[in-house]
Amino acid sequence: MSKGILYDATMCIGCKQCEQACATENGLPYDDKIAAQEVTSAHKYTTVLVKDDKFMRRLCMNCDDPACASVCPVGAMKKTALGPVTYDKSRCMGCRYCMAACVFSVPKYEWDKAVPGVRKCIMCSKRVIAGKPTACAEICPTGATKFGDRDELLEEAKKRMHDNPGNYLPHIFGETEVGGTSVMLLSSIPFNQFGYRTDLTERALPMYTYQVLSRIPDFVPLFGTMLGGIYWITHRREDVAEAEAEEKRQKGGGR
Amino acid sequence: MTIPRVRFTFWKAIFLFIMAAGVYCTYLRFFRGLGAATHLSDQFPWGLWIGFDVMCGVMLAAGGFTLTAAVEIFNIERFHSIVRPTILTAFLGYLLVCAALMYDLGLPWNIWHPLIMRNPHSVMFEVAYCVMFYTTVLALEFSPIVLEHFKLKRTLQVVRSLMVVFVILGVLLSTLHQSSLGTLYLIMPNKLHPFWWSPLLPVFFFLSAIAVGLAMTIFESSMSSKYFGRELELPILRELGRVLVVVLALYGILKLEDLYHRGVLKLAFVAGYEQRFFVLEMVLSVIAPLGLLLIPKVRESAQGLYLAAVLTLLGFVTNRLNVTITGVENAVGGRYTPKWTEVVITAMFVALGFAIFGLAAKYLPIFPEEKAHIPALREPAFEEFAVPVHAGD
Repeated sequence: MSKGILYDATMCIGCKQCEQACATENGLPYDDKIAAQEVTSAHKYTTVLVKDDKFMRRLCMNCDDPACASVCPVGAMKKTALGPVTYDKSRCMGCRYCMAACVFSVPKYEWDKAVPGVRKCIMCSKRVIAGKPTACAEICPTGATKFGDRDELLEEAKKRMHDNPGNYLPHIFGETEVGGTSVMLLSSIPFNQFGYRTDLTERALPMYTYQVLSRIPDFVPLFGTMLGGIYWITHRREDVAEAEAEEKRQKGGGR
Repeated sequence: MTIPRVRFTFWKAIFLFIMAAGVYCTYLRFFRGLGAATHLSDQFPWGLWIGFDVMCGVMLAAGGFTLTAAVEIFNIERFHSIVRPTILTAFLGYLLVCAALMYDLGLPWNIWHPLIMRNPHSVMFEVAYCVMFYTTVLALEFSPIVLEHFKLKRTLQVVRSLMVVFVILGVLLSTLHQSSLGTLYLIMPNKLHPFWWSPLLPVFFFLSAIAVGLAMTIFESSMSSKYFGRELELPILRELGRVLVVVLALYGILKLEDLYHRGVLKLAFVAGYEQRFFVLEMVLSVIAPLGLLLIPKVRESAQGLYLAAVLTLLGFVTNRLNVTITGVENAVGGRYTPKWTEVVITAMFVALGFAIFGLAAKYLPIFPEEKAHIPALREPAFEEFAVPVHAGD
């Protein structure tokens, strides 16, 4: 069963304990200065955005069919069956296609290191394998960040919206965006006020490339035969010329 | 054996200056990291090195497969005398692309990983294999030139007998590679501006590569006649000019149709940041060269062809930079301008390209049918860099 995270902004009090727990889990530094940074970076995998008395989290959406994993030439990024999208630096060659392809601009780079890697939230993959919730969900004092089976979380999100229609926008961000994501968000104010794009395609992004790439194996023998065929046809001239010359020689000899 | 006099010329001074700066920037890149050597950021993981050195490098090398296809596969013998310089350019271009990739990759020593860690769903994986195989094929296509020079007849015979296979492979790999650089961006429908994101991206990249291949051949021939005292093959260039007209027209029409059907055409007439770059690109790449080449007087003259070719090159360089940089600026919310170190490294590769081409043209039978030709009075541009090995031959 694929796991997921449901973040309900209406229950969030902006305590930022999720940020701290995330930093501890991933061995990242955390202090007041970093807490004040409302952007994710190579040293901050999640952040709580504050807008007046409203809050919103940013973290890797852990897409169901992630662009980053699809574009990685060496398979360093992987979508695991449990939900997390993981990264293996020992495979990475640093082409940064994952960063260019991610529509949420989630993967960050260690630009200042001579041996850099990609950094991002991996939905606490190790904890999830061990059957534990993510660090951010475990610490959340109000239950705003909830960990569980994605299908169940989706049902719960729909139920909350149904029970309190005035409390929520009628939109579960991540239900269908880019084919669905493991992380889903609920909010009372428009998502684009927190920089989330609401014009995203509902198609899984890798399908855009797959419809071209999948044709290549068929294309190669066809195109190769065509080129060889054209060569064969256009070089007939030389064969004809040779044959004619041969004929002439024989005629000349017979005389 | 005479050792050429070492003289200090303007171009040599420029070359040495760029190389010296390049060495310093190389140090910065590999010892201080990408952050210190570039303006790349989490918003702009790809910048000048991908946009120019790789995207344009591959595109400018397209003359190799365009001309070998015309001569070897379509058997247009008239073009035979200009094939070798285009193969040299392509081979050099790909070698420089590989070198530039070593600068841009975060962990360049892992560049061989795609050999054993495969993700066939990745366009980058396809690109990696195309670069690898096509560079090998180009080396083989180029090898007769070296074998001739060293008079290795037996090996030359073997290579020649297999040349058809190399040529077909080369055209196939180029077709895949040129188009796949466009396919790279198919996965960014919500990131790349609709002027440039299109389901037809691979087709546009392929068509423009052919146009650039032709333009590059005209450019090269003009330069060679200027600096290596070669006679200008004007009749051939005129014919290439005509082919260029057709390819540019096809590209332009397809572009119009594509923009129209996606409802983006009207945006081209609304002033805006992307619109300015888009109009610049379209004027340079299609409108201006087509307009020039449709005038018979221009199409027939050496200067006219040269100008149209240069415009085409500039236009499609603008296109590749627009796709890599301009087109994503709005989506990621920021602007990117390369750091001086990035520009120096790029300039270093361009200068190396020119210098090595000059050296090869001087010492290898690149223009074989003119072996007995006495160099013109004008001095070869890169004689100064010559290694005095075969100078006395």
